[in-house]
Amino acid sequence: MPRLRLTGRGLWITVLIVPPLAFVALFIVYPIISAFAYAFFEWKGMARGQFVGFDNFYKVLFAPPYASYTWNAFRNNVMVFFALMVLQNGVGFLLAYCLWRGLPGARFHRIAVFLPVVLSTIIVGYMFKLFYHPLFGVVNISLKSVGLGALAQPWLGQDTTALWSLVVANAWHMVGFPALVFLAGMQRIPGEILDAVRMETESEWVKISKVVWPLVAPSATVVFVLLFVGAFNWFEIPYVMAGLDGSPYGSTDVLGLLFYRTAFGTVSSSTQNFGMGSALAVLIFLFIAAVASVITVKLRAREIEL
Amino acid sequence: MNKTLIRYGAALGALLIAVPAFAQDLTFWSWRQEDRAQYEKFIDAFEADNPDITIKFETFEATNYNTILSTALAGGTGPDLMMVRAYGGLETLSSAGYLMPLDGEKIEGLDAIPANYLTAETQRSDNTVYAIPFAVSTQFILYNKQIFADNGIEEPQTWDELVAACEKLKAAGIMPFANGTATAWQNEVVVGALTSSIMGKDFYEDLAAGKTDFTDERYIDALTHLKDITAYFPDGFIGLDYPSAQQLFTSGMAAMFAGGSYEIANFRNQNPDLDIGVMAAPGETADDPKLVATYVDGGYAANAKTEHPEAALKFLNYLASAEFGQAFADDLSNISTIPGVEFKDPVLAKVAELDKQSIPYIMLTDFRYGEPTGSVLLQAEVQKMLDNKATPEEVGKAVTEGIAAWYEPFQK
Repeated sequence: MPRLRLTGRGLWITVLIVPPLAFVALFIVYPIISAFAYAFFEWKGMARGQFVGFDNFYKVLFAPPYASYTWNAFRNNVMVFFALMVLQNGVGFLLAYCLWRGLPGARFHRIAVFLPVVLSTIIVGYMFKLFYHPLFGVVNISLKSVGLGALAQPWLGQDTTALWSLVVANAWHMVGFPALVFLAGMQRIPGEILDAVRMETESEWVKISKVVWPLVAPSATVVFVLLFVGAFNWFEIPYVMAGLDGSPYGSTDVLGLLFYRTAFGTVSSSTQNFGMGSALAVLIFLFIAAVASVITVKLRAREIEL
Repeated sequence: MNKTLIRYGAALGALLIAVPAFAQDLTFWSWRQEDRAQYEKFIDAFEADNPDITIKFETFEATNYNTILSTALAGGTGPDLMMVRAYGGLETLSSAGYLMPLDGEKIEGLDAIPANYLTAETQRSDNTVYAIPFAVSTQFILYNKQIFADNGIEEPQTWDELVAACEKLKAAGIMPFANGTATAWQNEVVVGALTSSIMGKDFYEDLAAGKTDFTDERYIDALTHLKDITAYFPDGFIGLDYPSAQQLFTSGMAAMFAGGSYEIANFRNQNPDLDIGVMAAPGETADDPKLVATYVDGGYAANAKTEHPEAALKFLNYLASAEFGQAFADDLSNISTIPGVEFKDPVLAKVAELDKQSIPYIMLTDFRYGEPTGSVLLQAEVQKMLDNKATPEEVGKAVTEGIAAWYEPFQK
């Protein structure tokens, strides 16, 4: 076995690898492992109590009232995932296609579409909160000015509209990202293939469904997996627009908010429960890791090598 | 002779070297960012009398304060002195042993503070006080005196008069109430501010004695009145957040704001010309006592593991003194818990007067000791009721059943 000497190349490799590895170990691996450990203890405020096995996991999954919070939040995460799949990735794909086909103004729109992505989520959240303002918000005022005043809603105040309002804000913010990734994927499609298709058909639909879509599969894998992780880690937009409580009455509650409330408490809930918070965090982590791996493997399988 | 001189010299030298070691630097944490200037002033006054102690005032964002503080305390890097929350919020810290226990011997003015305020900073299990309660907050109606005068409206004495006043304002094109309930905790505020007189003192006493719960018809009646009066809240108020509601009031677009005494200073900052009046929401008839809802906001506590316990206690003694209580009321426009404080500000004097006829702000004072807290339950259920997804009876039932998870008197 060749010895890695700390000279020349070996030294360089060591110097370059050790700091980032140490960083990852200290700030990512260590917190994850300690969260695992915390989840098996009883906590009184911030003081660690005795070892309780899987008690915290049982509580967040099956014991009332915590279980109902967990499943409500989980259900909202699932709905957000599917809604964003359509609104963010679906629209992103269409935008990418339009940009790729070079419709008039494509150069301008290529930048315009991506611009919101660079905005801070906090800014987008506050901006949309103002848009949805029941009295002065641009949404309600626009509806009233075109005679659709009956459709004006207290968007963020009712369970039927609150979550979707947040989804729209998120989709507007992030749609440029899948659009960019898909566009890059489309630009990788070789010209010969496109020429060949053009000899067969003029139908855009056939082009999209039979040629472009299968050939951008690697891009789809990336944006789908990232969206999945993002949707189940969703926190900033609901936090800014609906508050920690998932207002109104839990209709915008997601696992991220629930975790924060459980572990750290809020002004209205006096207790902080690190054990249950950690149990939730561990469950979220395991769920995301497991499903994301499956999705990745499945989606990779349909990718075609060009 | 010479020897003595040398000895004196050595002693003096040692003393001079030791003086810097006597100077004690303490940190004092707070969530009241908006009160920084005033606290700096209070601290300067204290330091002038205690030149060997310096206090460093540090503030953190209010909604994350609990998290930051308890994380720091758990990590052993917490402050020497700190503001802590009251009731259940206190116990999170005190039960973990982070706070220095206090008593009348350590803190001179402690025993003079009224018992109902001290309870807020007392841990129930060992009946020990862990902080000096600093401010009483009151939930009631704030109103724009100018708008009331312009429309010939007097402070309503009965619920019907309140409704009539709202009608009059609405007809004049003014929003009667500015409140919005999209921000969860505002739902609890409107219950305390608008319906305390309706539920009445007897209800609270029965509740505290464990004789009744929130399915009591007096409470249901209160929620029903709340639901009715929201007809005079702004259009789409269920989607209106707290800052927007505040602005509707301070801009003079709305005549009343159901809220807390803590709004007064804030509203005046936003609009110095605003002539603010305060009143208790009326009961059904003029004979019903007009009640406000009160609670202690928080307290001043010392770290149990501070390196300078003496200096920390000295500062706490200052914070419990009548001199500080007066300065607190004068400079921060807050109701101090310290007895004998005189309020120069007429609005504040009125608040102190209203506080004499009060019931506790129930969910905060009595039902934040377990999960789910009464506050969390009530906020969500009232939101549901105001979105027409639950009746007052269903709200009372859901809140009672939720609290029953940890509160024995509700377990049947």
